Amino acid sequence: MSTNATTEIVPGWETVIGLEVHAELATATKLFSGAPNRFGGEPNTNIDPVSLGLPGSLPVLNEKAVELAIRVGLALHCRVQRSVFSRKNYFYPDMPKDFQISQYDLPINGEGWLELADGRRVGIERAHLEEDTGKSTHVGGGGRIHEADYSLVDYNRAGVPLIEIVGAPDLRSPEDARAYVSELRSILVAIGASDGKMEEGSMRVDCNVSVRALGETELGTRCEIKNINSLRSLGRAIVYEARRQVDLVTSGGRVEQQTRHWDEAEGSTHKLRSKEEAYDYRYFPEPDLVPVEPSDEWIESIRAALPMLPRERRRRLADEAKIETAAAALTVERGMDDLAVEAIGLGADPVRVLVHLENNLADGIGSLSAGPFAALIAMEVDGNLTSTQTKTVLAVLVADGGNPAEVATELGFEAMEAEELEVIVDSLIAEHPQDWLAFTSGDDKERKKKAGFFVGQIMKVTGGQADGRAVNELLARRADA
Amino acid sequence: MTEYTARQRISRSEVAHVADLARLSLTDQELDAFTNQLAAVLDHAADLEALDLTDVEPMIHPLPVHNVLRPDVVGETSDRNEVLSCAPSIENEQFRVPPVLGESP
Repeated sequence: MSTNATTEIVPGWETVIGLEVHAELATATKLFSGAPNRFGGEPNTNIDPVSLGLPGSLPVLNEKAVELAIRVGLALHCRVQRSVFSRKNYFYPDMPKDFQISQYDLPINGEGWLELADGRRVGIERAHLEEDTGKSTHVGGGGRIHEADYSLVDYNRAGVPLIEIVGAPDLRSPEDARAYVSELRSILVAIGASDGKMEEGSMRVDCNVSVRALGETELGTRCEIKNINSLRSLGRAIVYEARRQVDLVTSGGRVEQQTRHWDEAEGSTHKLRSKEEAYDYRYFPEPDLVPVEPSDEWIESIRAALPMLPRERRRRLADEAKIETAAAALTVERGMDDLAVEAIGLGADPVRVLVHLENNLADGIGSLSAGPFAALIAMEVDGNLTSTQTKTVLAVLVADGGNPAEVATELGFEAMEAEELEVIVDSLIAEHPQDWLAFTSGDDKERKKKAGFFVGQIMKVTGGQADGRAVNELLARRADA
Repeated sequence: MTEYTARQRISRSEVAHVADLARLSLTDQELDAFTNQLAAVLDHAADLEALDLTDVEPMIHPLPVHNVLRPDVVGETSDRNEVLSCAPSIENEQFRVPPVLGESP
């Protein structure tokens, strides 16, 4: 990905960012058993012997989770491949069997890429399947982990299928990082793989940050930041961490490879573990699960069923509206691009379509459909409605639906008849002979000034009902006569 | 006991480290015994390594079986009270555990 030199957090220093995103897959059941995959249930109700790691229980892989993982891989242009599961061993009460089943050396999805709204590509190193852990609540010590008196564990989440998407260190700013996560979330939601809710923890982001002097090509020592719960926190954590690392290096120290914890209230990160204390997970192949080898037919049928992705939708709208792809981003992000493309297809002016969608429909399109929308824009462009009147009619169509011509009539927005306008213009010309002379014989500047004067007068007389463009055309015709 | 000394393939301290990772507490005698046994296992692996295996595909599972999948259909769940009754300590329908330093890896 090309770097953006205008995004230095500390002048003269480049921040290098790579993100690991965990997303819970939208299955009905867990990865290795039939216990429900459901958020927000009563504690320890969505459990079974496999979720609890009871002796003798055996995992059986969920077909839907594999399908959703393949969807993610295809949407991220990854190589979908033969994969195996491994045991990641560690002792922590959120994993009752003392290991997490994950994928290690043979992930289901190999390298791929994601395209940001502005067209830059970010590398994807892998996207693998694994099971989620249970949820611990730390009690006492003001809720702080290190001072807790004890912890409570709820295993509802244990065994929920996750896809872990490991991004390349291609990002260079908090804005890049947020754009990447937003795009990834849009893709996951569009393909139905995950609901992508950071606030409910169904999508979680770990962030690797390092710094280097501008122009340096070697990567600096990185720190991994955990506990980031929103896009806003992600940006704040990166800025804090980049400054901390630059301060260290410029004051004669060096960055130590660490895992750090983001503290939202303090707005800072603090050390959890150093490289020496890093976990040694002793991965080994999971003997209770056999390899997954999706057939080409299965992969192709999943590919064929993929919906249009945000990137393709931006391109489609940009082509239809004859605009830059980046200019289509907001409309696609709001999910209004189908309406836009349809309205443009019905002959609506693309510029007006996008102006209304971006400026006047931020709260949603409600009952608005393409036909009435296109008809309304035609009325506006033809001068039958002023832009203010158009906005008013649009609000009614959003709230109640209906036919724009009927709505305009009900609101009393009758288009001024051409003859009626002519009568008014002619009488105004007669009333202001000096101004008219200045308009017809003055230089461009004078002409513009006087045009403004006449339009203003006409609006005053008609109570704003006249269409500005029609008035200007009429004035020009009279002057040429 | 077979003696592996000079060309030992695993050191006593490596075995102690692995035992520590597995939260196993070993006596000095056990540490010696396991070091020797593990070295013998590694020696056996080295015998296999001596073979020319360039045309042999790495085996990732002993069974010639793949894609054992189940449909995504909700099944039975465990009875919460029954499960919690097995725990040494519970609170608010959850398992109560000693304080754990740091967060989940």
